[in-house]
Amino acid sequence: MSFPWAKQYEPANDFTKFLDEKLPLPRFVYNAVGAGYPVPRNLNYFWNFGVLAGFCLVLQIITGVVLAMHYAADATVAFDKVEHIMRDVNYGWLMRYAHANGASFFFMVIYLHIFRGFFYSSYKAPREMIWLLGVTIFLLMMATAFMGYVLPWGQMSFWGAKVITGLFGAIPLVGEPLQIWLLGGYAPDDAALNRFFSLHFLLPFVIAGVVILHIWALHIPGSSNPTGVEIKSESDTVPFHPYYTAKDGFGLGVFLILFSIVVFYLPTMLGHAENYIPANPLSTPALIVPEWYFYPFYAILRAFTIDVTIPFTGIVLIKAQLLGVIAMFASILIWFFLPWLDKSPVRSGHYRPLFRKFFYVFLLCMAILFVCGGAPAYEPYIMLSQIATAYYFLHFLVILPIVSSIEQPKELPFSITEAVLGKDDKSVLDKPAAAKA
Amino acid sequence: MAETTGTAETQELAAEAGGEEGVRRRDFINIAAISAGGVGGLTVLYPLVSQMAPSKDVLAESTTELDISSVEPGQAIKAIFRKQPVFVRNLTPDEIAEANATPVGDLRDQESLADRTKEGRENILVTMGVCTHLGCVPLGAAEGENKGEYNGYFCPCHGSHYDTAGRIRKGPAPTNLVVPEYEFASDTVIRIG
Amino acid sequence: MIRIGALALGFFFFATVIFWSFIPGAYTHFFGEHPPKAAEKVFHLEPKDVSFSFDGPFGSWDAQQLQRGLKVYKETCAACHSLEQVSFRSLSEIGYTEAEVKAIAAEFTVPGVNPDTGEAEGRPGLPTDKFPSPYANDIAAAAANNNAIPPDLSLMPKARKGGAPYIYSLLTGYQDPPAELLQKYPEAKPGPGLNYNPYFKNLNIAMVAPLTVDGQVTYDDGTEATVDQMAKDVSAFLSWTAEPTMIERKRTGFWWIGFLIFATILAYLSKKQVWSSIKGKD
Repeated sequence: MSFPWAKQYEPANDFTKFLDEKLPLPRFVYNAVGAGYPVPRNLNYFWNFGVLAGFCLVLQIITGVVLAMHYAADATVAFDKVEHIMRDVNYGWLMRYAHANGASFFFMVIYLHIFRGFFYSSYKAPREMIWLLGVTIFLLMMATAFMGYVLPWGQMSFWGAKVITGLFGAIPLVGEPLQIWLLGGYAPDDAALNRFFSLHFLLPFVIAGVVILHIWALHIPGSSNPTGVEIKSESDTVPFHPYYTAKDGFGLGVFLILFSIVVFYLPTMLGHAENYIPANPLSTPALIVPEWYFYPFYAILRAFTIDVTIPFTGIVLIKAQLLGVIAMFASILIWFFLPWLDKSPVRSGHYRPLFRKFFYVFLLCMAILFVCGGAPAYEPYIMLSQIATAYYFLHFLVILPIVSSIEQPKELPFSITEAVLGKDDKSVLDKPAAAKA
Repeated sequence: MAETTGTAETQELAAEAGGEEGVRRRDFINIAAISAGGVGGLTVLYPLVSQMAPSKDVLAESTTELDISSVEPGQAIKAIFRKQPVFVRNLTPDEIAEANATPVGDLRDQESLADRTKEGRENILVTMGVCTHLGCVPLGAAEGENKGEYNGYFCPCHGSHYDTAGRIRKGPAPTNLVVPEYEFASDTVIRIG
Repeated sequence: MIRIGALALGFFFFATVIFWSFIPGAYTHFFGEHPPKAAEKVFHLEPKDVSFSFDGPFGSWDAQQLQRGLKVYKETCAACHSLEQVSFRSLSEIGYTEAEVKAIAAEFTVPGVNPDTGEAEGRPGLPTDKFPSPYANDIAAAAANNNAIPPDLSLMPKARKGGAPYIYSLLTGYQDPPAELLQKYPEAKPGPGLNYNPYFKNLNIAMVAPLTVDGQVTYDDGTEATVDQMAKDVSAFLSWTAEPTMIERKRTGFWWIGFLIFATILAYLSKKQVWSSIKGKD
């Protein structure tokens, strides 16, 4: 769908005319991210992160394909191959540092993108499908990042693979055979390394496919905006190009500066020193933690420390380990239900005073989980992560539904135009061409 | 000003009509920004392209030293140079005479034995073991192999015959076996590459 | 319906975690107890504050220092520690000529085969070889070192928290256990074959102090070989072996980020220009 006032693509010369008839790719791009896509005029900088996430995906695919040209997924040489890339391959150090830190920046961008969605309720009707696809992308990213971290075959690679596949071992009955099947052996080795490499190469292209669906779904209702008021007339929108291409260009510049500072001056800041020690199945690092972007979910995993029993009988219902695994997966799967948990008719957090307070508490909760996830498993971190985990589920499953029923939202502006300019020429609505289709 | 006009398009038009000076400045800054983006993109291409060129460890193996003291007249050895075979043949006086007896003018690729060896060491013939036709490894370096009709090398793939100086005499190969760059590091050691 | 289910599930999770987390000692049931060993907490020291020529965004290698460091490595470390990621050829990057590189490589014996019999035997190193391990394998290394395998040093500053200053501090940090430690934590006394070093993560390191007397190494450039100087030089050398491309990286970054800042300013101006006709209230 598009708005009736969207600009139409006009082929400029015979060649583009020919192309437009046979394969209207330029028209497609024009309508997707060109002047043919009307976008709310009031988007703030939080709306930059979608484009940045797309950029990160391309960056990861390009550097990843380059690294794959020089790498070998064999447990005896994988570590040395990475050092070969760092030392001997022309600009190999650049490719590897850009890829390793690119993953971190990809997650930073994605988290900002997701939390933008939380605050402005971007998941609400009519944009549920965009949200569902987005959560799917996030899950695929987590799988890809995890498998990528195994490839350098350092200590953290090995033990991370062992611990995370061990999670599947917690599943009753099928757990242990499942874990052995996943690894193709009894511990991570050549078989696991090779399949992780294969899937790590494949999944980004699957992600790219889902990203296309995500953007397609976005273009059905059009972009959301900070007021949460739907587009009413042409004066609420500007064409994507040049207005948001210019803004995204600037955002990309800022992003690249920050990214380059890390790649060129602090390239090992976000990694773990242990991963520069070759994998050793006989010696466990003092502290096994995943990459920083998994910390909150790792904290949820570790928060469950005791079996659920029927009180006073000692009959075990669910093992603590399994409960942790279920909670960790549930903590993300819960996002799939968000459009139906938060039924408030108002989207933007700006007009929802009660929701906004709880949103900030939720941010604090995520921060606590983040700290606990990277901390060793002793007090006070266990207690903290337990309380934060409980609050995490409470927020989505209890607080959001209740808040959305009892809250008195502030008065919404009539339109985006009014929100920006302080007034809206309501007569435009009477023009038939400008009426909301 | 913007409040009074309705749409982005008309505003843009209004701005354009605002004066030539404004238009020029606007165009300049946009063109500069887009050009900077283009320059950045092209810069990034450089490492992406150069990473495919030989890495340092490959380049380090681009010269090979070879001890030829054990090669008796009439014998040849095969060695590896840049991951390809190289033949070093110690020619007998007969073979040298045979090579020199052939008029250079009759050859497909006109080179004399002296052109293809180092002065004073005309008995040491160093050639790549790569047929100049399609890159097969010719026979004739090892004892008992088919040396072809001209007593040098014979490529079994498409039947190219090379003479005792490694020059193409018969068959599809267009040029003589390539003589790599080399020098005598000492009387018995040659450094290829 | 979803919301009713959510409420139920939410309360279930909440109740479970809160209920069980308040049972004293419950959490130790699964993970086991990880009480931080107090002696390490109290007596472990952070790396000393030491600066190197390659620090900071504009740092560069001090080739003389790296060459001295190589000498310390060869004469002190190489007896036990390998440098398996480093090729002799790369020594040309720290100022050695081709002939010198060849000579250094030839000082080492690398595994090879006898060309006539095919039997395994050592041969002198070539520039294309990497620094060999002094031991045939891990078992030999463990057997010769009281079961503590000397780690490969190629990546040491990157593989330990604290980087080059940590290496320097460790090398100069050997001392007798303080009386206070022995008094308070008698169990922290270094066991047989262990040495007290407050910069090591658990205070007791298997390696004996490698640099003990001034002048242990005779420097070719006349620098006085104090223990401090040797420790610093070898730390610098190992920083180079860990990342020979470090300086290239910093230099590339400097002009690239400079360009990015320029381009971003242009992008900002362009964005302002594009939006100037429309923004209205802002």
